[in-house]
Amino acid sequence: MILRDVAHIRTGDKGDISQIAVIAYAEADFALLARAVTVDRVAAHFADLPVRSIRRYELPGLGALNFVIEGALRGGVTRSLALDAHGKTLGAQLLDLVIDSE
Amino acid sequence: MTGRTIRIGAGAGFSGDRIEPALELVEHGGLDFLAFECLAERTIALAQAARIGDPEAGFDPLLEERMRMVLPAAHARGVRIVTNMGAANPASAARLVARIARERGLAGLRIAAVGGDDVLDLIRAGDFPLIDRPGTSRDLGAAIVSANAYLGAGGIVAALDGGADVVVTGRVGDPALFLGPMIHSFGWAMDDWPRLGRGTVVGHLLECAGQVTGGYFADPGVKDVPDLARLGFPFADIGDDGSAIFGKVAGSGGRLTVATCKEQLLYEILDPGAYLQADVAADFRTVRFEQTGADRVAVSGGGGGPQPATLKVSIGYGDGFSGEGQISYAGPGAVARGRLALDIVRERLRMTGVPVTDLRCELIGVDAIDRTGRGGDADPREVRARVAGRAATRAAAERIGAEVEALYTNGPFGGGGVVTAVREVLAVASTLIDRSRIAPTVHYEVA
Repeated sequence: MILRDVAHIRTGDKGDISQIAVIAYAEADFALLARAVTVDRVAAHFADLPVRSIRRYELPGLGALNFVIEGALRGGVTRSLALDAHGKTLGAQLLDLVIDSE
Repeated sequence: MTGRTIRIGAGAGFSGDRIEPALELVEHGGLDFLAFECLAERTIALAQAARIGDPEAGFDPLLEERMRMVLPAAHARGVRIVTNMGAANPASAARLVARIARERGLAGLRIAAVGGDDVLDLIRAGDFPLIDRPGTSRDLGAAIVSANAYLGAGGIVAALDGGADVVVTGRVGDPALFLGPMIHSFGWAMDDWPRLGRGTVVGHLLECAGQVTGGYFADPGVKDVPDLARLGFPFADIGDDGSAIFGKVAGSGGRLTVATCKEQLLYEILDPGAYLQADVAADFRTVRFEQTGADRVAVSGGGGGPQPATLKVSIGYGDGFSGEGQISYAGPGAVARGRLALDIVRERLRMTGVPVTDLRCELIGVDAIDRTGRGGDADPREVRARVAGRAATRAAAERIGAEVEALYTNGPFGGGGVVTAVREVLAVASTLIDRSRIAPTVHYEVA
């Protein structure tokens, strides 16, 4: 099973921060997300992403996790020379993270 | 939600957004207010640069088109408009709106310009620590072209209280465009943190327009959305307690579900327990959604705490030039020929001594946006080589595209479709400023 089977994602940006919200289709799957989508696993998945820090916020009432990734945007949207300066495509790249259903 | 409600629609979620969904909302949405959010982080710096060349310029380039389209219908139905399309020049924008209103026979239409966000003189006179990188505002020196504080809803409330039919602002927090009409309509106290927090939740859900009604959501076969070419923009019926029911015009495209609302709620949020706005530190953790009908979602919960003591200021500054070139390769060996092309350009820039920094050499289709390190797993039928870099002068930046173009006759077999670009970079840095040093201003134009 991969993350795409149980959750959907939206990605945003603020300055040099990329923000990825991971939202369970079923709120009952929050525990599964919280167990499987850890800061360490997200960091390992984005092997080529320059990162200063990753912080995870938990939103059990919404069945969601919010990842705040500092340093991901190479100096920020307004300076970055990256093709995707906003990092808008990052969240979708997380969808094939392998999830162990138990 | 009990008692009187107001209905606010979202007419645009960014500067270049579609034009006609706003008219659909005005004509068929039963709105009380229509808000257009059109001012991205850097847009105001670009607008300020335009104003330096022309004192009447510096507002949103689509202001005229949007207003010509919606003003007559909005006036006929009593829909009041709030927008940040004033950008770097709300006063000039308000004069333009008054001129359009007169041309359309809407004599007496009252337009408010909300200013006070421009703190360029204050920033230039002082030295402020930057919050998104090391250093201070003084390090940016003469390159600074703009400095704008993120104001709260206060100026908009004053303008609506003063009878404005159209409110044109510069930089305000995006949710404030929606919070303003709520505070005006319900008379919420400016320290009623729970209501201001819930109103900010509603404003945040509306501020990106189609992003809550199925835009930026579709993933075919997994998350399908009907008729995105005719995406309907959202409205919300908001109660005095700050709860709301979201909807869109019947027959419009898109879909409005708990899932689309959750994605938008968490869009561009850092700490969901303290979403910092000028008016309130909103708490999104306790927000609840419920599907109450087809394309109808009820939003309740959420709260807020005291507003921050400082306001965020975006400082726009000139940051040299970027240059870029792209060329495509196809067929067997496309990746290898693309890599060879990148190596050649890198070597040419080095041996001809072009002063370029932050050079990026990548293959679109392989590793230009993939950050998992797995972009090279497959062998694609086509790739596009991309070289981008930074330079202090336009001439040096132009050399990057020129070297890519020269691959036509000097590079690998079979390159095609060269595109080059040079861009003057206006970057943004952020600082904080004591809120007591900033006050919104309101003045009126009457058509």
